[in-house]
Amino acid sequence: MRPLSYTRASTVDEAIATVGGDSRSAFLAGGTTEIDLIRLGVTRPDVLVDINSLPLKEIESTPDAGLRIGALARMTDVARSADVVRRFPVISQALLLGASEQLRNMASMGGNLCQRTRCPYFRDGVSPCNKREPGTGCSAVDGLNRGHAVLGTSDDCIAAHPSDVGVALVALDAVVHTLGPSGARSIPIDDFYLLPGSSPEVEHPLERGELIVAIEVPPTPLAERSLYLKFRDRQSYEFALVSVAAAVDVRDGRVADVRLALGGVGTKPWRARRAEAALTGGPATREAFAEAAAAELEPAIAHKDNAFKIPMARRAMVRALDQVVNGDAR
Amino acid sequence: MIGPARAPVSMRVNGEIHEIELEPRVSLLDALRDHLSLTGSKKGCDQGTCGACTVWVDDRRVLACLTLAVACEGHEISTIEGLATGGDLHPVQSAFIERDAFQCGYCTSGQIMSAVALLKEGNAATDEEIAEHMSGNLCRCAAYPHIRAAIRDVRDADTTTSGRA
Ligand SMILES: Cc1cc2nc3c(=O)[nH]c(=O)nc-3n(C[C@H](O)[C@H](O)[C@H](O)COP(=O)(O)OP(=O)(O)OC[C@H]3O[C@@H](n4cnc5c(N)ncnc54)[C@H](O)[C@@H]3O)c2cc1C
Ligand code: SF4
Ligand code: FES
Ligand code: FES
Repeated sequence: MRPLSYTRASTVDEAIATVGGDSRSAFLAGGTTEIDLIRLGVTRPDVLVDINSLPLKEIESTPDAGLRIGALARMTDVARSADVVRRFPVISQALLLGASEQLRNMASMGGNLCQRTRCPYFRDGVSPCNKREPGTGCSAVDGLNRGHAVLGTSDDCIAAHPSDVGVALVALDAVVHTLGPSGARSIPIDDFYLLPGSSPEVEHPLERGELIVAIEVPPTPLAERSLYLKFRDRQSYEFALVSVAAAVDVRDGRVADVRLALGGVGTKPWRARRAEAALTGGPATREAFAEAAAAELEPAIAHKDNAFKIPMARRAMVRALDQVVNGDAR
Repeated sequence: MIGPARAPVSMRVNGEIHEIELEPRVSLLDALRDHLSLTGSKKGCDQGTCGACTVWVDDRRVLACLTLAVACEGHEISTIEGLATGGDLHPVQSAFIERDAFQCGYCTSGQIMSAVALLKEGNAATDEEIAEHMSGNLCRCAAYPHIRAAIRDVRDADTTTSGRA
């Protein structure tokens, strides 16, 4: 592992100024992405600015009955917050179906949003990879790509986004609050995740030194009936092949309102807007669910090993909708 | 700012304070094993994927391989070496022997540190729950059924750790 310098920031301003003023530095939260990637030689900061002493750990209701999660709240604490379990089950479930108890005890919510892809060519530190070394090419396009994305891909990168809770947060229109050298910003989470396009190395619209301080989920009564379904190669402690976050409000057999997002299949946590549009106002039947799922996957592009994800995502969406609408949602 | 050269670090491990010199890049796992000669915690992957390095920081189970030792200053670290009281094994250690819950033993200290934490967390009511919450600890020898049996034994013997929190 490369040599590192270390400092512990005691205020938010100090953290922002230190990372903002030194292009060789990076924030350190739980370290479960950061330390791993430094050791693998994928990222190469010289200075780590430990932000864990900053007062950004609160999980609280907002006055309008939304939810505000501090950037340094741990995955475990958010998942087991009674308020989150009751009002936003999809967030709790997405967290508990990710990683392991040890990792969830370490990993922060802000760090989770910034975690990097598990694409093996990105992680091996040597293969051509546009995300790690812009302009070197993409080893996955013609390589082993069973785990890769089918939605939102470009010729330059087809890496799947690994986050589970990101999928739930995208479904619920969360907002990412930041503080940086140029002040405070509130970024809708769908804009916080960028598509790879021709610059897959840029994943978020954050400037150097910009710190995530909180994630806010707007009041969403329909989220009380929501769930997260995750399919993977083993039963636990594995990233998603396909996952679905779903919340539905059904009135008189018709879909009054619906939130749907997909994990494992997109280059970012994938809000299923086509499916939502197809479902809204229509009947809450399996046939309608299947049609909406087909509409969402219509633009999907398969590569050599990952065509299975397309029918799998369609079926997962139907099952998730069916489970939320017909009881046993929790 | 400290580093990249060695700097003095104060670490509190199993209730004892150690003043050592470390480069900031040293993981908690390497600090324990190579600097403090506490080799009970094992290095299976060094990537957060196996759980062999499981220790507690401030009573929460974490992975020592993805933790920097310098970041632990001011925190309480507990390792397998601190689990027994004098000559008396912790009930989970005894149950692992009783149930033959290991073969090569490489994953065992991590399994035990995880299992003791799991019983305190109170999510061990069923075999499914135990399997789910122990999933961060892989066992290459597949001793899983015996590990679950050991955890069940301790859960059922001590009403204060049974079922849910
Ligand atoms: C074996 C393994 C399995 C996993 N399985 C899953 C899974 O199934 N599902 C899942 O969703 N995740 C999974 N993860 C990923 C894990 O959830 C992330 O690594 C974790 O959430 C990152 O959070 P952290 O606090 O450790 O971030 P760090 O590693 O500390 O930081 C990650 C990045 O975010 C930046 N950063 C951190 N905090 C901030 C902030 N407040 N503002 C701006 N930038 C910041 C850092 O500079 C760094 O670039 C897994 C990880 C491992 C190692
Ligand atoms: S898919 Fe993206 S991350 Fe993977 S090798 Fe190609 S460019 Fe790199
Ligand atoms: S050595 Fe830490 S998880 Fe494998
Ligand atoms: S006993 Fe050998 S790895 Fe678990």
